[in-house]
Amino acid sequence: MVRKTRDRGAADPAAAAAVVMVLYITDSGPNSVRAVANLEAICKEHLKDNFRLEIIDVLEYPLRALADGIVVTPSLAKLSPSPATTVVGNLSDKVGVLRALGIVE
Amino acid sequence: MTETKKGIPQHPPKIATGIQGFDELSHGGLPRNRISLLKGGPGSGKTVFALQSLVNAARQRDESGIFVAFEERPQQIVANAAGFNWDLPALLKSKIFFMDAQLSPDVVQSGEFDLRGMLAMLKAKKEEIGAQWIVFDGIDVLLTLLQNPKSEIREIYRIRDWLAQNEVDAAVITAKIDSRGAEIANYGFLQFMVDCVIGFESRLECGVSLHRVQVTKYRGSAFAKGEYPVSFGPGGMEIAPPEPTEIKQVASGERVSAGFERLDTMLGGGLFRGSSTLITGVPGTSKTTLSGKFVEAACRRGERTLFVSFDEGADRIVRNLTSVGIQLKPFLKSGVLRMYSGRTESVAAEDHLVTLKALIREHQPRCMVIDPLSAIAKAGGLAAARSVANRFIYTAKGEKITVVVTAINEGDQPETEATDLQISTIADTWIHLSYLIRGGERNRALTIIKSRGTSHSNQVRELILSDAGPMLADVYTAGGEVLMGTLRWEKEDEERAKAIQRRAAFDQQRASLELAEADTRARIKALEHDLERQRVELATYSSDDQARMVSSSDREKVLRRIRSADPAGRAANGGVASLEKRHDSNGSGKSGKKNKAETPDGP
Repeated sequence: MVRKTRDRGAADPAAAAAVVMVLYITDSGPNSVRAVANLEAICKEHLKDNFRLEIIDVLEYPLRALADGIVVTPSLAKLSPSPATTVVGNLSDKVGVLRALGIVE
Repeated sequence: MTETKKGIPQHPPKIATGIQGFDELSHGGLPRNRISLLKGGPGSGKTVFALQSLVNAARQRDESGIFVAFEERPQQIVANAAGFNWDLPALLKSKIFFMDAQLSPDVVQSGEFDLRGMLAMLKAKKEEIGAQWIVFDGIDVLLTLLQNPKSEIREIYRIRDWLAQNEVDAAVITAKIDSRGAEIANYGFLQFMVDCVIGFESRLECGVSLHRVQVTKYRGSAFAKGEYPVSFGPGGMEIAPPEPTEIKQVASGERVSAGFERLDTMLGGGLFRGSSTLITGVPGTSKTTLSGKFVEAACRRGERTLFVSFDEGADRIVRNLTSVGIQLKPFLKSGVLRMYSGRTESVAAEDHLVTLKALIREHQPRCMVIDPLSAIAKAGGLAAARSVANRFIYTAKGEKITVVVTAINEGDQPETEATDLQISTIADTWIHLSYLIRGGERNRALTIIKSRGTSHSNQVRELILSDAGPMLADVYTAGGEVLMGTLRWEKEDEERAKAIQRRAAFDQQRASLELAEADTRARIKALEHDLERQRVELATYSSDDQARMVSSSDREKVLRRIRSADPAGRAANGGVASLEKRHDSNGSGKSGKKNKAETPDGP
């Protein structure tokens, strides 16, 4: 399956503590647009280039999202570092997102 | 309501759920291409209803469906449904898709979300498997996470619009809205949005939880109003449908044996095929024995028979019946007879009915016994049990099964028994067994209180159990009392002695009569002899007289010849003259004497 992904951030997968995330959105839905913006801001501020983000448009890849166990959109899945966590919503609660991503304790 | 040209109301198109009873009370099932809402508290049966509809659609019409599980993990739902004979795991491979729509507890929520992605996924899945049904089970669980009533309503409308765009045959949304609507006020609007609202309720009554269902809204369609009992059996949920207001059972004129000849005679030839018989009596009056005899007779005729007993094991019943000469074992072995023993504690009457119906479907009996039916009232309240007892009898009649049910009554007055379940009024035949205590003995008496369409005996009979089976004996009434048992034996002995005496007296009388008859005969004989003798005498006398007459006329002829006279009377005229002439011609002294004798011949 061809994944339409929009990679942002470091292209170097070897980077040690890189945060690997997948953001599931629905194209231009208001919550999705907000989530993308909120996440970009968080990444810029806290992760610099030390992250890898894949953005999947569920409208385009619904079966992949289904297989990944997505329930609502937007959903942010942090795959690594472990433990894997999921954040749902438009990521407007910045502290909650940072905590879920393991950036702040 | 849409109307046809002829003015006959036409229901909107519907899709059957295949749930027993529901399609009847909703006049065809759920609205097609519309949304139906199942509301009710936890554990009231919403999920089972929704899933069972999907299962039925898949199994009966080969339709596929999607089940979106917001409330429980799909694995959990499948495990819960394992108690039903749906073979759900097989359907999961191809026909029913479960979407796990429960957010894991580890999920962090940050801001608002929506269902756009989910609906896109569902659309893809729907197209992939060609799903015609979709169920959103427990939608409130997920949406309450939004913590914003406006957003919740927005998402509900999103679902509605999505359903409108992506035609599905049936869409079912379940939500925990209790009938009072207080708990989740936000979802009250759901009821206005959808086309059909079905309310589920479960409440505790007399220690047993009773489930009820009620259609509260159905746009464009009539439906049975009122609460209907819901029960759960091996096939899943069953709803007791409203009884048809018109009774359309065909009455059979065929008779089947009630068990043994004497009882059949009392019943005017047996029980009608498809009729229901109630046997009442206090414990120990042989209700089971009579039922057993009926079963045995049915099995002997080769008819499939079902023997349902409550609170007593089938083995024990078979053993006990063997002691009175009723052999059920061979029929159990051959499969003609099916026995089922149920427990009654903490089992709702409704559930008994489901079990009974399942047994009927499975065994297809022509004759059936429930011993005792009154046991179903043990748990869950009398009203429910009454309704069940009534519906059971109607069901059996509908299936043309000849049914014998027993009921225990505590008192010994026929008027008070069985009124607990109030089946005595709908049973066609009512046999009452009682004890009569006379002369230090307890004897069983059998009375037929009623038997519809039959000229039945109104006499009390004594029911005697022996190892050859039950039998009935006439009872004696003496001085206004019914005699049974030893008293009856004594009475019978007395009657027998009397009969012998009567016989002897009769014989004696007969002998003397015979004697008298012989005597008379002898006398008749003697008289006949006399008569004969007299006849002979008379005949002899007559012939003498004739002989005399003959001889005199002969003499006259001789005389005439001698005198050469004409035969007497030949000469009409001058007879005397001619005689005179003859006399003259004779010319003897003797002729004067002769003339004298002949004068009467003359003129």
